[in-house]
Amino acid sequence: MGDRPADARIKDFEEVDTGMTPEEAREEAARCLQCKKPGCVDGCPVNIDIPAFISCIAGGEFGKAAASIRTQNLLPAICGRVCPQETQCEELCILGKKEKPIRIGQLERFAADHERKTGLTSPIRKLDSGRRVAVIGSGPAGIVAAGELAKEGHHVVMFESLHLPGGVLTYGIPSFRLPKDVVKAEIDLILDMGVELRLNHFAGKSVPVSELLEYDAVLLATGAGLPYFMGIPGENLNGVYSANEFLTRINLMHADRFPVFDTPVARMSRVIVVGGGNVAMDAARTARRMGAKVTLVYRRREEDLPARAAETCHAKEEGVEFITCANPARILGEQAVTGVECIRMQMCQLDGSGRPVPEPVDGDTFTIDGDVVIQAIGQGPNPVLVRELHGVELGRAGNVVTGEDGRTSHPKIFAAGDVTTGAATVILAMGGAKQAARSVCEILVPGRR
Amino acid sequence: MYQIEQSVKLSDNVHEIWVHAPHVARNAKAGQFVIVRTDENGERIPLTISRARDDSVRIIFMTVGKTTHALAAIPSGGSIADIAGPLGQPSEIKQYGTCVLVGGGVGIASTPCIAKALKGAGNKVIGVLGARNADYLILEDEMAEICDELHIATDDGSKGHHGFAADILKKLIQEQNVHAVWIIGPTIMMKVTSGVTREKGIKTFVSLNPIMVDGTGMCASCRCVVAGKTKFACVDGPEFDAHQVDFDMLMQRQRYYMDQEKEALARWQEHRCTCGGDR
Ligand SMILES: Cc1cc2nc3c(=O)[nH]c(=O)nc-3n(C[C@H](O)[C@H](O)[C@H](O)COP(=O)(O)OP(=O)(O)OC[C@H]3O[C@@H](n4cnc5c(N)ncnc54)[C@H](O)[C@@H]3O)c2cc1C
Ligand SMILES: Cc1cc2nc3c(=O)[nH]c(=O)nc-3n(C[C@H](O)[C@H](O)[C@H](O)COP(=O)(O)OP(=O)(O)OC[C@H]3O[C@@H](n4cnc5c(N)ncnc54)[C@H](O)[C@@H]3O)c2cc1C
Ligand code: SF4
Ligand code: SF4
Ligand code: FES
Repeated sequence: MGDRPADARIKDFEEVDTGMTPEEAREEAARCLQCKKPGCVDGCPVNIDIPAFISCIAGGEFGKAAASIRTQNLLPAICGRVCPQETQCEELCILGKKEKPIRIGQLERFAADHERKTGLTSPIRKLDSGRRVAVIGSGPAGIVAAGELAKEGHHVVMFESLHLPGGVLTYGIPSFRLPKDVVKAEIDLILDMGVELRLNHFAGKSVPVSELLEYDAVLLATGAGLPYFMGIPGENLNGVYSANEFLTRINLMHADRFPVFDTPVARMSRVIVVGGGNVAMDAARTARRMGAKVTLVYRRREEDLPARAAETCHAKEEGVEFITCANPARILGEQAVTGVECIRMQMCQLDGSGRPVPEPVDGDTFTIDGDVVIQAIGQGPNPVLVRELHGVELGRAGNVVTGEDGRTSHPKIFAAGDVTTGAATVILAMGGAKQAARSVCEILVPGRR
Repeated sequence: MYQIEQSVKLSDNVHEIWVHAPHVARNAKAGQFVIVRTDENGERIPLTISRARDDSVRIIFMTVGKTTHALAAIPSGGSIADIAGPLGQPSEIKQYGTCVLVGGGVGIASTPCIAKALKGAGNKVIGVLGARNADYLILEDEMAEICDELHIATDDGSKGHHGFAADILKKLIQEQNVHAVWIIGPTIMMKVTSGVTREKGIKTFVSLNPIMVDGTGMCASCRCVVAGKTKFACVDGPEFDAHQVDFDMLMQRQRYYMDQEKEALARWQEHRCTCGGDR
């Protein structure tokens, strides 16, 4: 089936990619060589047994395929949609060397969607261990950690400061890429294992740190929600948003449906998005759906865009204009934004990551008119709780320092996800959460795993 | 859902509610606030914790737009969808010596908590309450009980000093040695009143009220400029050094959604009349 046509999809927030039909899925699955040493599995951060579930799909056993995925991945319908497969499982698929790699993400999504339509059942949990674990944050890291711990029979209390669980899955990634009923169904399944979710609880404030430390273990999954700004003049003008604020107003608060929903968002006709990652693409495509003409400004070259290729392509199809090798120097306006003054950038020698360092070209400036500017230049670990946790070592960017096993420098505190790595991906957050949950189990029930 | 245990109209546009919210009530400190969402379609709005008792918190608010009107319309025994908190940094409570707490209009709601905490820390506490007229004066008895001295000012002279709370503050700092001042009220009032203590260099706090969304430091909607630096009022504040705040910037940002706010309020009021009730 594939993507809906661009001119139709920019009129709504419905899912762009309609997924595969059963026939398409079986046909794609049949291409898999069922490798003895499958590269694809090494490419998946949670090591899903990819040939196994693909073989089930090829045989028409869709429910069995989903069950097989679930033993390794508690959020398959989400990962199948948002994983950067092209640099993970699909990159290492042997078929990619000659023709096209197997569309593993699509098949994973297909199996999970099939399962959701036919009825989901929660994993079975072990007998109550009598141990209590506090999980802070309900993004992918928190959800997966809670699920793994509940499976082992521990009593999990998950604290979330917002009024809905899901973290970035709920407030950040737009519904046209990740429908919210999909997110809800996968989260509910985990909550059904007996996880106690306490919404509207800002850990550290609604629950003092001393109370958190009364639990047998604490697992931090507070994410990287602190929005960065460029630090240029005009950033506090009305009409300048962080991508987080813009996306939260629309995804979490439904400002696109104002006044049926009470939360407003700017009335925008020309939007300038700054940045080149997935977050910038999401902001740009969302602004298109709000009816604006959208220009994305990125300081490096087109080939350096950090966003997934598919997202860049989707944004272009939807009419987002790209200006590369340019950077905002000043946001213009008296009280509200009227435009952005940009400076051209030239590419100089390569930096540590192998990308060229952009340097401004003196005096080469130009102006873009606009009424809204969205800054999507990155986010840092949420500092509010972690700075109150004495004995937890923090890295330079404010991230919680952990080993591979999710242990922090505090014996009772563990951490996973973006709060440890800085802004990364859903699947890495999940992988980290599984590790951290395993380490928690080790201190709770030594030798049980 | 969180129950509104009691809802009382204090004057024609000021309401007091008590909300059952143990997580907030048990941990609330002076100067902190909550984020409230009335129902599934509602906006998240910040409101100061005016008092906490057992498992409930008191909130006193002015009906200015859609959400506050809707909140005022929920009867005792009704409920709201969400209340998150306590949020923000507590007031900086320590032994200063003599402290003056200036409350303007509905800003008076924040003062009893702070006054009590300052008393507890061994300060002499003087309250100054300002309102448009006697009918709009709130919490007078409560503040009289806590404070060592209490002064009243009304714009029309219907009670106490005829004029502004700033006039009383000016007199107080001339007559005695004042060590710290809190000014809480409408932004323009905080801007003007904090001018009074600037010259003498008296430590002065104001509680800022920018537009917020999450209230947890994730969106930057609430950013304010203090001492030339950008601060997030929801996690770095809401109280800041009055003499360092860019009030004009704050007022500019508060006005951003004025058109939509008018539309939302008009729609809500019309809806209520035509349907003979809002829910
Ligand atoms: C717009 C956007 C698009 C993205 N697109 C993709 C994509 O396509 N593919 C991909 O793989 N990744 C994507 N990412 C990145 C991915 O979403 C994150 O890496 C992932 O969500 C991190 O998970 P997490 O659980 O660590 O944190 P988060 O998802 O950030 O969740 C943290 C949660 O903790 C809560 N919290 C924080 N502090 C407290 C506290 N003190 N008390 C209680 N609760 C607290 C927060 O409210 C939040 O709900 C995107 C990110 C954004 C912002
Ligand atoms: C930390 C803090 C504490 C506050 N405490 C109190 C209090 O104790 N009592 C009280 O009456 N008011 C308080 N306010 C102000 C209160 O939040 C606004 O009056 C309320 O949001 C108005 O919502 P509305 O829908 O009724 O009005 P609207 O018509 O939406 O707006 C009216 C005005 O309120 C402000 N406002 C609107 N939306 C928001 C928002 N999401 N966040 C903040 N301000 C907004 C704007 O400046 C706007 O011009 C506080 C604000 C802050 C930031
Ligand atoms: S979870 Fe992600 S990386 Fe793993 S198989 Fe699925 S799409 Fe590929
Ligand atoms: S590497 Fe490709 S072909 Fe081989 S098992 Fe994995 S998906 Fe199938
Ligand atoms: S309200 Fe979102 S950061 Fe303060």
